[in-house]
Amino acid sequence: MKLANKSLLYLSVSLFVIIGLWSVVFYFNIQYEIKESVDEGLENYKRQIIYRAEKDPSILDKTNFEEGFFAFKPLSAKEALHFKDRYLDTFMYMQDADDTELELEPVRMLTTAFESNGRFYQLKIINSMVEEDDLVGELLEEALALYFILMASIILINNVVLQRVWKPFYSFLHQLKKYRIGHTEEFPTVNTHTKEFVALQKAVHTLLEQNNKTYEQQKKFIGNASHELQTPLAIMTNKLELLLENSSLQPNQAESIAEIMQLVDRLVRLNKSLLLLSKIENKQFLNNQTVSVNEIVRQNLSDLEELAEYKNITISVIENTELTFFMDHAMANIIIGNLIRNALFHNVTNGNISITLYENQLEIRNSGKPEALLSEKIFSRFYKSEPNSAGIGLGLAIIKAICELYAISIEYHFEKQQHLFRLRFK
Amino acid sequence: MKILVIEDEKELQQNIVDSLTKEHFVIETASDFRTASEKLDLYQYDCILLDIMLPQGNGLTLLEELKKQGKAGNVIIISAKDSLDDKLKGLELGADDYLTKPFHLAELTARVKAVLRRNLLDGKNTLEISNLILDLNERTLLINNENVPLNRKEFAILKYFLLNQNRLVTKTALAEHVWGDHIDQSDNFDFIYYQIKNLRKKLQLAAAALEIEAIYGIGYKLVAT
Repeated sequence: MKLANKSLLYLSVSLFVIIGLWSVVFYFNIQYEIKESVDEGLENYKRQIIYRAEKDPSILDKTNFEEGFFAFKPLSAKEALHFKDRYLDTFMYMQDADDTELELEPVRMLTTAFESNGRFYQLKIINSMVEEDDLVGELLEEALALYFILMASIILINNVVLQRVWKPFYSFLHQLKKYRIGHTEEFPTVNTHTKEFVALQKAVHTLLEQNNKTYEQQKKFIGNASHELQTPLAIMTNKLELLLENSSLQPNQAESIAEIMQLVDRLVRLNKSLLLLSKIENKQFLNNQTVSVNEIVRQNLSDLEELAEYKNITISVIENTELTFFMDHAMANIIIGNLIRNALFHNVTNGNISITLYENQLEIRNSGKPEALLSEKIFSRFYKSEPNSAGIGLGLAIIKAICELYAISIEYHFEKQQHLFRLRFK
Repeated sequence: MKILVIEDEKELQQNIVDSLTKEHFVIETASDFRTASEKLDLYQYDCILLDIMLPQGNGLTLLEELKKQGKAGNVIIISAKDSLDDKLKGLELGADDYLTKPFHLAELTARVKAVLRRNLLDGKNTLEISNLILDLNERTLLINNENVPLNRKEFAILKYFLLNQNRLVTKTALAEHVWGDHIDQSDNFDFIYYQIKNLRKKLQLAAAALEIEAIYGIGYKLVAT
């Protein structure tokens, strides 16, 4: 849920409660005010009626409300003397302008007592009141109208004002989403003086700086470590080579040395691969030039001719186009050479390889194991499809790293019992 | 043949000296920039192995000096730094070759001999052993003066063996030399075995007076019989 909508939700609920409570209070206030004003009117009527009764005693005979809004009733002196003015809410049958027949309507009734020509009377005066349900209905309508107008204005303000206020934030977020450690040069910036956003920017920058530093250190560490390993490995290899040439060795000693040498060889290869990976990541190779993919394919096939013959593998090349790409020649050779070698080494005797060059695309298909490789794993470092192989599991990881460096997409498919690697040069 | 080994890593220097001594070369060593500079000023060498990272200075400075004297042609740079910049700069300054640590002794021997041959070239460019002549220009093999056809890889393998007579040539060194630097080199080993088998057969048929011996499953050695 968007922040603006969330605040809107809270606002709508709280405004509903506030306006609801306010309406109730308002209702009672209004009712009180109306009664007060009606009571004042009744008091005024009272004085007028008593005054009229002095002049025209005949009206004293009116004992019910048949044609007027007042009625008299004789009282004893004792009763009259103890009488106090009373205001009362009651109901009476009346016909209002909006009624078709008599209906019970709310009225306000003043009951009082007075003396006229030595006789005591009780006087009842009525005044029709606002119908309560009408009042409630009206008020409810008004309150709801107010509520909706408020909400509409808030939404409008939200959309206009909040969007403007949050704009730097969203732009910042967009930059942050696109940010890639080690690739993006500039830090995301927030284009505002809003304190919170500036603080956010500061925090993000600190975090990114730390991450970049760690990333750089890690990159350097792998590079430095494998670089430092080269000399000791060189000494080991050469010492073992010299040792094996020593004729005074017993055969079983020599065999042990040979085994150690094989392990050292593996270490050397592993180290070389790590160094290569680190170089690719540090972009230390980039002697970019226009490279002919056709040329590299041809060169590699020529190098591997005898090997293909040995395994009796048929290689077909379809060059639909002259495919060139702007990159480092050695890197291009690593990708293509290793893919072709893989296609050869992981092939079966009497198998086949077909290499097809399209515009911006190179496909290498080969027969081999009858099941698909795990396409999500083969490009990860140190993954081996055959755990016991003497390989080091970095070949495809290196290819992938180079592809990423040059934004070449690489994919693996298993189609019609053929392993397919496809490179797209964009 | 006099060779100067400029390498600050004592152990590595000793390995190189031991290995090249077996080839009956005269070896001198220098472990730092100053010693190297002095020796280069005083003596003539047929081949110089030069490490780039040296105490007190950069090997490339020495190379620049040699270039000025017109003696850069017999330099092989040895460096742990496989950086393209250094390589290009070194070769630009006239160095003959560039070898990255770690390397195989067989590869070093082959490269040193290549440098020496190039500088002593007297028209013919052949490797000869007992009744066998490998012509590097014509790319032909003569055994008892009869032509023995070889495919490209067989030729390369035999050449490598002849440059490393009586020395251990490991399968890895051979694979790297003949098939280039592949990430998973071990894949090549079956094929090496097969190629060696074919080569042996051809040598035997032509009655070559030499043999390729297998060494403890790790490599081979070419010996004259």
